[in-house]
Amino acid sequence: MSAFKELTKGLYKENPVFRLALGLCPALAVSTSVKNALGMGAAATFVLLGSNIVISLLGKIIPAKVRIPCFVVVIASFVTIVELVMGAYLPELAKSLGIFIPLIVVNCIILGRAEAFASKNGLWLSIMDGIGMGLGFTFAIVLIGAIREILGDGKLFGYMVLGPDFQPVLIMILAPGAFITIGLLMGYFNILDAKVKRRAEAAEAAAANARGGR
Amino acid sequence: MDLGQLLAIVVGAIFVSNFVLARFLGLCPFVGVSKDSESALGMGMAVIFVMTMASLVTWFVYNYVLVPLEITYLRTIAFILVIAALVQFVEMVIEKTSPTLHKSLGIYLPLITTNCAVLGVAVVNVDSFMATGLSRNASFIYTIVHGFAAGLGFTLALILMAAIRERLDLIDVPKSMRGIPITFIVAGLMAIAFLGFSGLKIG
Repeated sequence: MSAFKELTKGLYKENPVFRLALGLCPALAVSTSVKNALGMGAAATFVLLGSNIVISLLGKIIPAKVRIPCFVVVIASFVTIVELVMGAYLPELAKSLGIFIPLIVVNCIILGRAEAFASKNGLWLSIMDGIGMGLGFTFAIVLIGAIREILGDGKLFGYMVLGPDFQPVLIMILAPGAFITIGLLMGYFNILDAKVKRRAEAAEAAAANARGGR
Repeated sequence: MDLGQLLAIVVGAIFVSNFVLARFLGLCPFVGVSKDSESALGMGMAVIFVMTMASLVTWFVYNYVLVPLEITYLRTIAFILVIAALVQFVEMVIEKTSPTLHKSLGIYLPLITTNCAVLGVAVVNVDSFMATGLSRNASFIYTIVHGFAAGLGFTLALILMAAIRERLDLIDVPKSMRGIPITFIVAGLMAIAFLGFSGLKIG
């Protein structure tokens, strides 16, 4: 049960992008289309999973004082693997993600999970945490990518979805669209959160009333 | 190497492809440290300094270590280690030599290690100046000027944002949009303004 919780918390409750405001740079920069967003999400998930596995295994061996540099080297090694593999097999995707592949190293989600979770927990939970957080990041970036691609290009995965009469809102593909999209999405998630909290409080109050009335 | 090219690099890095508003680099400190203009200025100065130094150091690492050994594919690992060490070193030097400066910049320096703008400037430098067959002297000067100008561009965006957010404190923003969400909307509007520079052609 708890492993399942580690897996799902990244999607909504502790979503790295919308809730924790981590990993913002790649989430905005490569979300011009769903295809790029999926590529970035997969790359980051792979690095996150790999670094979580290695760090949870090495957690007790690494001295506390030099742990951050050690974590960074582990993460950078996995990023280099992604860089080389993507350059060899998916050169087009590698080109459109550009400098944001090497920059996965400084994605604060990955170092954050290494420091806050993988170094303190066992292998199995760290794997779940890595996959969950990676999926949460992918979900966020794909959502932003889908909104921007549909509004800015009238397409999804490169297919027309809004018909030929749709006038693309060019600004959504450009830099400002990314900022405005994520701002509005974060605001929407805040509203959702407030609603969930109110409902929980109402349920609690109702339960208290029921107990008091008895 | 000519002055026109240099000017184009400076204007390009500050306005046309501003590191924050057009390239999406360094967003975490941009959102996190833009609450008041004083700390924004401190952070900006620290970033300018570290970005210039990082450009300088990574140029040496790339040209005198990675290229001769033919291990340029390891640049990500090499650069991030060099930058982390550099930030640590700079912090120690400033602490020893100038306590006042350390007091005003000190708290921002550790944050800079994970600032993607610093690694970003090193990678952009390699892609646009070092691996393109420019002469060594030219690439050296372009690299340093670009690092400095990119830091200036980051600082400009950060200070503008801090000034706007100080005004925003007085305004009745809808509850769900307070804090980070409204900051992104403002950043979007600023990015629209900065788009206006993209037609600029120099040299």
